[in-house]
Amino acid sequence: MAKTRTDRTHVDRSERNVFFSQKSGCLTLGDGTTFVGQMPEWQDDNYVGEVVFSTGMTGYVEALTDPSFAGQILVFTYPLVGNYGVDEAASESDKIQVRGVVMSDLAPHWSHGGSDQSFAEWLKSQGVPLLTGVDTRALTKHLRTQGTMTGVLGGEPVAAPKSVQIPRVSIEGPIEYGQKNTGKEIILVDCGMKQNILRSLLGLGLRVKRVPYDYDYTGEKYDGVVLSSGPGDPEDYEETIAITKKALAGDKPVFGICLGNQIMALASGGKTYKLKFGHRGHNQPCIEDATERAVITSQNHGYAIDEASLPRDWQVLYRNLNDDSVEGIEHRTKPFFSVQFHPEACPGPTDSAVLFERFYQSL
Amino acid sequence: MSVSKPRHTPKPKKVILLGSGGLRIGQAGEFDYSGSQAIKSFKEEGIEIVLVNPNIATVQTDDDMADRVYFQPLNVKTVTKILEREKPDAIALSFGGQTALNLGLELDRLGILKRLNVRVLGTPVKVIETTEDRELFKQALAEIGTKTAKSLTAATVDQAIHAAKELGYPIMMRSGFSLGGLGSGRIDSDEELRRRAKEVLAAVPQVLIEEYLVGWKEVEYEVVRDSAGNTITVCNMENFDPMGVHTGESIVVAPSQTLTNHEYHMLREVAIRTINHLGIIGECNIQYALHPSSGEYRVIEVNARLSRSSALASKATGYPLAFVASKLMLGKRLHEIKNAVTGKTSAFYEPALDYLAVKMPRWDLQKLKSSDHHIGSEMKSVGEVMALGRSFPEALQKAVRMLGSGAHGLTVHPHEIADPMDEIARPTDRRLFAVYEAIRSGVSTAAIHDASYIDRWFLDHIAAVADTERLLAAGTLDAQTLRYAKKMGFSDRVIADLRGKTEAQIRTLRHKHGIVPAIKQIDTLAGEFDAETNYLYATYHGTTHDVEPLSKKTAIVLGSGPYSIGSSVEFDWSAVNTAKTLKKNGLKTIIINSNPETVSTDFDRSDRLYFDELTLERVRDIADFENPRGVVVSVGGQVANNLALPLHKTGYPIMGTSPTDIDRAENRQKFSSMLNKLAIDQPEWDEVTTLAGAKKFAQKVGYPVLIRPSYVLSGGAMSVVRSEPEMEKYLTAATRLSPDHPTVISQFVQNAKELEIDGVAKNGELVVYAISEHIENAGIHSGDATVVYPAQRLYLETVRRAKLITRKVVKNLNITGPFNIQFIAKDNELKVIECNVRASRSFPFVSKVSGYNFIQIATEAMLGHDHPGIFLTLSLDYVAVKTPQFSYNRMKGADPVAGVEMASTGEVACFGSEVETAFYRSWMATEQQIQGKRILISLADEQKHKFIDEAAALVAAGWEVFATPGTHDFLQENGIATKLVHKVQGSQKPNLAEAIQDHKLDLMVSIPSREESSDAAYTIRRLAIDNHIPIFTNAETGRLLLRCLADPHLADLEPKHWREYVPKTA
Repeated sequence: MAKTRTDRTHVDRSERNVFFSQKSGCLTLGDGTTFVGQMPEWQDDNYVGEVVFSTGMTGYVEALTDPSFAGQILVFTYPLVGNYGVDEAASESDKIQVRGVVMSDLAPHWSHGGSDQSFAEWLKSQGVPLLTGVDTRALTKHLRTQGTMTGVLGGEPVAAPKSVQIPRVSIEGPIEYGQKNTGKEIILVDCGMKQNILRSLLGLGLRVKRVPYDYDYTGEKYDGVVLSSGPGDPEDYEETIAITKKALAGDKPVFGICLGNQIMALASGGKTYKLKFGHRGHNQPCIEDATERAVITSQNHGYAIDEASLPRDWQVLYRNLNDDSVEGIEHRTKPFFSVQFHPEACPGPTDSAVLFERFYQSL
Repeated sequence: MSVSKPRHTPKPKKVILLGSGGLRIGQAGEFDYSGSQAIKSFKEEGIEIVLVNPNIATVQTDDDMADRVYFQPLNVKTVTKILEREKPDAIALSFGGQTALNLGLELDRLGILKRLNVRVLGTPVKVIETTEDRELFKQALAEIGTKTAKSLTAATVDQAIHAAKELGYPIMMRSGFSLGGLGSGRIDSDEELRRRAKEVLAAVPQVLIEEYLVGWKEVEYEVVRDSAGNTITVCNMENFDPMGVHTGESIVVAPSQTLTNHEYHMLREVAIRTINHLGIIGECNIQYALHPSSGEYRVIEVNARLSRSSALASKATGYPLAFVASKLMLGKRLHEIKNAVTGKTSAFYEPALDYLAVKMPRWDLQKLKSSDHHIGSEMKSVGEVMALGRSFPEALQKAVRMLGSGAHGLTVHPHEIADPMDEIARPTDRRLFAVYEAIRSGVSTAAIHDASYIDRWFLDHIAAVADTERLLAAGTLDAQTLRYAKKMGFSDRVIADLRGKTEAQIRTLRHKHGIVPAIKQIDTLAGEFDAETNYLYATYHGTTHDVEPLSKKTAIVLGSGPYSIGSSVEFDWSAVNTAKTLKKNGLKTIIINSNPETVSTDFDRSDRLYFDELTLERVRDIADFENPRGVVVSVGGQVANNLALPLHKTGYPIMGTSPTDIDRAENRQKFSSMLNKLAIDQPEWDEVTTLAGAKKFAQKVGYPVLIRPSYVLSGGAMSVVRSEPEMEKYLTAATRLSPDHPTVISQFVQNAKELEIDGVAKNGELVVYAISEHIENAGIHSGDATVVYPAQRLYLETVRRAKLITRKVVKNLNITGPFNIQFIAKDNELKVIECNVRASRSFPFVSKVSGYNFIQIATEAMLGHDHPGIFLTLSLDYVAVKTPQFSYNRMKGADPVAGVEMASTGEVACFGSEVETAFYRSWMATEQQIQGKRILISLADEQKHKFIDEAAALVAAGWEVFATPGTHDFLQENGIATKLVHKVQGSQKPNLAEAIQDHKLDLMVSIPSREESSDAAYTIRRLAIDNHIPIFTNAETGRLLLRCLADPHLADLEPKHWREYVPKTA
């Protein structure tokens, strides 16, 4: 057997003891609570966002580039972030989407053959602020008990605004993927989608037309629709809801993911509500109502479907085993279904990847 | 996605559970934890439980656990008889390690389970066989496209050579059906392969020749699956030491640190796919090799049972794996089981950690003479610790301290490493320290990586510790630096050393700056929900405590720390029973322990568990926070006992005997003068600082003498010295003789009996006691001795005198709580060897044999409660024998002769109506098997005459007796027909070495001469061990065994359960 060795060309750039090259900084929450830590020298501004926490223990590149986190300051409950550096190829969109990052310890050393920069360098290159040395467990418990709230990252405590404008993440105009005249054509409604939704569909041999969130595709020829994940309050997506209503009037399969799940509910006459502190992590247990088949899912959402508001022709597909909240719905007769979690994973477990297959079969 | 709801299998009414027997390398206390959880879980379901486990020091064999306990050997014959008389519906095989699994497979293969209509719970036998047979395993994984290491099986040496040619050297040899990788290792040449394959094939039917995955990362996942196919991975773990070092020998971190999201979830997906395909029900683990950059992986193995790793994963995450596994075996599904630890989540949940766990193995290689210090693919470690922290350096340095091996962190350790790079490239049991020393001397982490393949992430963090050490030594010690050092895992004591201060001064400075650790919960959910967990640890990466101190009525119980030679499950049993008694008496209990293989660290054994260091600093931190009524130091073995005086001096309340009195027993000088004052005899002793002084003492008392260096660099090196030349050799080689480190030298009494009193006292008055005797003559460490209780061969006068002495000592030391006194008896004269004012190793033994729980009585004494009533402990209708369990077959090169240094790793005990029955059973229970009736006897001259009757009886009983020339001549002269076998020296045939290697012997009694240790005798002993032939090297136990073998009744004993011998006391 050939001798195998780690490719170390990148690893030698690991930085030592970044603790001492930082200055003090803090996170001030909307309720006035302050958490103190350190931040890199380059950070001079105040950065405002909605503060949320995620319990994922890996996948920080995927998480930070997930557009669903747009407008949010992300707190990592896992204390060691940046261990394997950054390989931008793992990104789920074209840039870091979070407003800021809060963590316990920035890995002063990273190591991985596939990475080419450190976590801190990456954040700096995109102007995304960082606060380290924070008792993230205390912060998490605060958010858990008091609920998601706004926050400001900066050198000194400053009053945080009452609310934060969550940006819209989408594309300017439609983009087509896949070879013409091969396989079925899917409309992928981009409300801030993750790359792996697209990859998963293309991997099934489908052609994909990715369209902006407010693009009306209903007059076009297509075989099925995928409503993507994305940031913010689903009720704000008035155009998407209106277009989806039209799609649901037809019989072509519709598959919603995360925000797409909420839009599906709203378009069919249901209601959504804001969770106290959301579901963000890679270990959310869900169970399929009909089969009692359980899956571990990757999640990142702050809103959920109100079960009581579901119209009669819809039923619950999945539930969360922790808090019993609705994790997916399906139409009783038509090929419409959606899930609150992320079957495309990245980051997180791949247990529910089979749902893309289910969608494919329904086409 | 159409999965039908599975039908629940009918719940069994009566289940038999197989334990794992005595602790040995590769199979330690983790199975007491898993068995105990299973028993509780089954009982909760209303199932009657019968437990077979000869390990009397376990919690699972306690009165309040199983409905019926058999202290019996775990072999086919005995267990079949138990099955026949108990008639259970089902058997649980996955809670007793490889011992239980192999035994279960054998019972199934022989058709016994089928005949008796006993169902195997959980993973079906077919599936277990697939995971255990490497060829079947590889086939099964190939069916689903899962990659395994390229490998070929070989049933003969020639086949092995052929396979190696095909793969090319180096290759990895592995043995099927083995625990802890016995016989596995890297092999570089035909010659080496021939030798090793022959050895291993003597014990197992096949070996595996595999591709050698040098430098690949080693990763494992703990997987749980229910009968409906719902599957989760509870935890993944990454080895600090890459492929090539057994995972039991490796430093392990949980969760993985250097795996990307893609790698983590790719392996997780493979794990779930594989376990589903195999059809495992319950718990298992899957081990991988992962290429560090290409993402290529190989599945190394699947263990279809609870394991050391699952115990670690359970403690590292707070997910009760054994409890859940036992429910799954009954047909429950994961989401139907509530996680009893959190009270919030269901068992269908993958823990999210907000800390990391570092496991570190504990070796005791220095205690075994001539044992090789290199580590590799065979397991040699005897225990482990787990440290929790919120940074890698914090957890790593905690783990180093938890080992209790004399290191106070990476920077201050007792190892003198001449060539660090050599120990990094060819790993030894102190490689971590070699890495640190290399970095400290300026070697780059890149160079260390090249030599070891240890990931740079780990190495660079160790380099950061070295940077911090420099910073601490040079700069000013301001609040920022001090806080940073604490986050990097430096102890006050190490900081003090670097700054020329005392530990107390650093503590004061720390408190002045408000630098104290935060108390955090292990809740499995990273704080996402409010969990009802009582699992805690301390970290400097935090500003807020998760909990408030418990109420005023609390007591802290110090646990035992890692299992090691000399500290085994008995102290875990003591801690658990102490906590139980305290609780019963209305106190809130707090346990501190660092050993993941324990029951005391289970979620429901105390009101609060601090999974943390048993160091003065950390115990004080916890005591400062909790402000307990008292600290119990006397039930956790020597680790806890050593903290008594320091805690007392720093103002913490100690329960039971005053620490100054404990010190009067611990301190040799003080204890000796006390004995003198009380006119109690003791072996003569002295402290010497020069060779001349030592010689003078020896001339006065006569050789042999016992030498015990008071300060030894790498652990104990106590030895018996028989002559002046030996004295010179010993004192110049093994120890440092200096005025600072005096050596204790004492008279060695020969041909004397040894007896022990375990007892409990209150305010200096004896409450209860038990007298036991050793079968071996004095000179064997009490931990390696075969102990009989109640003592059978003592004169009443001896008993009376021993009691009298005990009363005097107890009175003078004003003991309240447990104690143990060891005596030497010769010609009715008693000498006291030592007194431990703490629970001893034999506490569970005497408790379960006498029927009185000595720990409960001791705890009540410490609480000031009187224990009315009379204890009958002297004359019982039965007898029990405790036998040491050795692990010599795992210690390449170690000499299997018991001596003054303890070498056993565990113990078992069995009952009988007389000594012979109990002894024979107990010896069998140490995993011994006699295949036929061919015995070799080789006796030292001074022993020969003692064996005449026994040898004659053996021949009469149909044994074929072989003997070495001297013994042969002697026995022939005495009319005993023996066959001559030549000693290993020379080329005369038949030769003993060949006889062993060709398996022409079934048992050996080889008693070495007291006067000399010969290399030839050592070779024979080692050959016997390596060829799995039972060997006796002690004259007294050897004779007793021969008597047993000659008695036809002993071969076919009816196994009785505990309560058939020992009636339940109120």
